[in-house]
Amino acid sequence: MIVAKRKPFDEIKELLKSYKKVLNVGCGTCVAVCLVGGEKEVAVLSAEIEMARKLDDNPIQIDGYTVERQCDREYLAELDEMVEKYDALISMACGVGIQFLAERFPDKPVLPAVDTSGLAVNQAAGWYEERCRSCSSCVLGWTGGICPVTMCAKGLYNGPCGGTNKGSCEIHKDQPCAWYKIYERLLRQNRLENLMRVHPANDWKDQTPRTLIQPGYKKPEN
Amino acid sequence: MKAGSNLEKVLTAGHFAFTGELGPPRGTDAEEVRKKAAFLKGNVDAVNITDNQTAVVRMASWAACIILIQEGLEPNFQMVCRDRNRLAMQADILGAYAHGIRNMLCLSGDHCQFGDHPQARGVFDIDSMQLISMVKKMRDEGKFLGGADLEHPPQIFIGAAANPFADPFEWRVHRLAKKINAGVDFIQTQCIYNMEKFRKYIQQANDMGLTEKAYILAGVTPMKSVGMAKYMKNRVPGMDVPDDIIARLQGVAKDQQAEEGIKIALEQIEEFKEMKGVAGVHLMAIEWEHKVPEIAERAKVLPRPTVE
Ligand code: SF4
Ligand code: SF4
Repeated sequence: MIVAKRKPFDEIKELLKSYKKVLNVGCGTCVAVCLVGGEKEVAVLSAEIEMARKLDDNPIQIDGYTVERQCDREYLAELDEMVEKYDALISMACGVGIQFLAERFPDKPVLPAVDTSGLAVNQAAGWYEERCRSCSSCVLGWTGGICPVTMCAKGLYNGPCGGTNKGSCEIHKDQPCAWYKIYERLLRQNRLENLMRVHPANDWKDQTPRTLIQPGYKKPEN
Repeated sequence: MKAGSNLEKVLTAGHFAFTGELGPPRGTDAEEVRKKAAFLKGNVDAVNITDNQTAVVRMASWAACIILIQEGLEPNFQMVCRDRNRLAMQADILGAYAHGIRNMLCLSGDHCQFGDHPQARGVFDIDSMQLISMVKKMRDEGKFLGGADLEHPPQIFIGAAANPFADPFEWRVHRLAKKINAGVDFIQTQCIYNMEKFRKYIQQANDMGLTEKAYILAGVTPMKSVGMAKYMKNRVPGMDVPDDIIARLQGVAKDQQAEEGIKIALEQIEEFKEMKGVAGVHLMAIEWEHKVPEIAERAKVLPRPTVE
């Protein structure tokens, strides 16, 4: 799932400084699951802002509304009528949701209240670990299902580097070395020969905005 | 001959190679490079010039290499993957070669987090293995990584580092094999303190025929003190310092520890000279360049051979 973290309060406050009527839009999907941008978080942030602005003698009217999925047109349509009444929108969705909201309402400033950090798994309540940087050329088939792009601090394709130490990465002893883990996994599966292959220089596909059209579908003519 | 560098000539002629290391200054003073170089001149076959070592900004490696050439020494240009993408790397290789640089050491580089700009974005566009292949492609096929033809290919003697100690130990020799397959001509190892483990490693390398395909230079760094030994043991990633080395340094008076460190290094060098599969020693006397003449003398590796 996509995970995000709330921005520092002062940054949000600064972004909102000159607006008097604001709609805070949450998202009920990934960011709700990772406890940062769902209905509850929308209510909390709105209350904090309201209070802070009152103290600053600069009152604000802030309302909250959480859509099912901010990255889906269907759910954004519900906002069409509402948005008129506000001079800015806050979005508590991931970067994709925020941009989609901004695109739907191009006349309104749309301000992010969260920092999107990536694709992660849920390890325990409130604890998420990044697992994929959506690099567009997945190598998991070679690496025993462990992503070197994300999990190796240097994103090496032919690791381990010389810094690996007793299974830890050189950056920190609590950070497992991805390549050590890849070695263990491949050893267990009798596939160590995978490691002998010199993986060629990666074809980075993140240089231009990426578009994905699944087979059998096509780009609609607007 | 692939590059015709002095280092390559010494090694192919079958001499026991002896290389040194020099860290460029954290500033613009060329004199500092010249001063350090003076201690190395005549005592080593080539000098590694580190590239933003430990992720700390210093004078560019290629620039310090040029100063070294002016001083009549042969540089070994280090290049890390951390700081540049493949375009910048290839551009630097062309420029370096145009200025007479003939040896290169291809490294991933320490993570930015250790250095003086921990907020920097690490590049790692390609990794050290891919860098080796890239230099080889430029040299042997006369092509850029992107496939275009390259005029007057750079004739570079390609080196890489190997750490025989980092876990998983069983994998280390295979990783060496992989670097050799990717196209390295010579290897300089991480500083060796655990001789027993190193013997095992080189034995494996011999058994796999690797030492016939590339020259292995054993890394030696004399300990200056117990403090340094402990720091290396506990703080430097991938370093293996056995307790008996620490005990041996502790066994002498404080003002004798540096001398004891040099003695250990000299004993190692003696053993490497006899060790099958070891083609030379890479002496990393970090900020101790002035000791190199004495160490070379006492290690009986002087005079350095001249090979035409
Ligand atoms: S290699 Fe890693 S970053 Fe790339 S798609 Fe696969 S999991 Fe994601
Ligand atoms: S220690 Fe392992 S995870 Fe860390 S940078 Fe090196 S190869 Fe990558």
